[in-house]
Amino acid sequence: MNGAQDLGGAHGFGPVVAEADEPIFHAPWERRVFALALAMGYTGAWTLDGSRAARESLPPAEYLSSSYYEIWLAALESQIVATGLATREEIAGGVSEASAKPVARVLRAEETPPRFSAGFPSDRPAEGPALFSVGDAVLTRNDHPTGHTRLPRYARGRRGVVERVHGAFVLPDASAVGRDVPPQWLYTVGFAAADLWGASADPGGRVTVAAFEGYLLPGAAR
Amino acid sequence: MAQDHDHDPQHGHEHLHGHEHLHDHPDHAHGSTLTPVEARVRALESLLLEKGYVQADALDALVEHYETRVGPHDGARVVARAWTDPAYRERLLADATPAIAELGIGGRGGEHMVVVENTPDTHNLVVCTLCSCYPWPVLGLPPVWYKAPPYRARAVIDPRGVLAEFGLTLPDTTRITVWDSTAETRFMVLPRRPDGTESLSEAGLAALVTRDSMIGTGLPLAPEAGR
Repeated sequence: MNGAQDLGGAHGFGPVVAEADEPIFHAPWERRVFALALAMGYTGAWTLDGSRAARESLPPAEYLSSSYYEIWLAALESQIVATGLATREEIAGGVSEASAKPVARVLRAEETPPRFSAGFPSDRPAEGPALFSVGDAVLTRNDHPTGHTRLPRYARGRRGVVERVHGAFVLPDASAVGRDVPPQWLYTVGFAAADLWGASADPGGRVTVAAFEGYLLPGAAR
Repeated sequence: MAQDHDHDPQHGHEHLHGHEHLHDHPDHAHGSTLTPVEARVRALESLLLEKGYVQADALDALVEHYETRVGPHDGARVVARAWTDPAYRERLLADATPAIAELGIGGRGGEHMVVVENTPDTHNLVVCTLCSCYPWPVLGLPPVWYKAPPYRARAVIDPRGVLAEFGLTLPDTTRITVWDSTAETRFMVLPRRPDGTESLSEAGLAALVTRDSMIGTGLPLAPEAGR
């Protein structure tokens, strides 16, 4: 979606301000939001793509005026409500007023380090050959879906070159809404900065994105 | 670099240092010391515990894992190994995930790693313009600036200007490649080994490798600084 999260190339946000000796969390509540979001994701009630979709669905003014973990908190609450795990009233009161809905898994302490050190791969067996090869010229689609997608606006309708073929992966656009579709080939597509930003581009610069096959069209070599 | 956090909307609510530790000091739950967001988080955690969707000791284990174990010291080990072992460097650049796993490193947010190498001609810079994708197993959780709008907005359109704000000015002849982390592939920069480090051990080299040098917003420390 063309939401506030799609920030690449935006102006007016000011300088990058790095904090010296930055702590990993800035307040105890951030620790709890972080852990709650990961543990709730582990239940299988939604996907990581669904969480990203919930975060970027915040109204733009709210998204841009919230801290990072405030965004996570608001999205987590909305996902809990949307999946029927609890009601807005229960969340506001902090007390359960109905029986819990079954979930696929509940994270246990002893399995936490090994499980999160193993990871949760999102590559899948390909169901067909890759349409593109390294070196192929491609044109990114100029689509503006209202749902979750991972092709930034600045990279839509642009000519690039396939630099890497990563294998087939879960498609975030479908996974975000729990839609089961075949995995899609994923590529690194490189662009000349000048093809994205024109005269204001960094001279000789390049930008790459990871692009799913459905985001790409064959492009004429230039 | 400017240190005025008032210019950064993402910093607005970050500085709640202090006295109300939600988990360790539940006595404060009913006091007036809780801020609205603290009360909201506390209510949510209570509800999810009561429903049985989460377990308190698992939440603590998650925090402990990411606050005390995972961090850029692991990425630094990977870099130091690549600097000292040419065959490892080849494996790392060809297929990073199994090469990183050789050192016992891996996990959530690093299932599909790509390592990109700085050369005299090319400098690499990693960003996630759409959210906050970051290679957790090698770098830990990302700093606020990496997740905030100024960096996400400008890294792709004005990388040289962003690097200057980090105190890094590259020669005009050095070209910059920006890697936007738009899928589950996660990027780590292999910086150039500093001059004058021939006598350093692998551990001594790792001590020179900063987090920012693996994002691309910095360079490794000079050997004097790392000793």
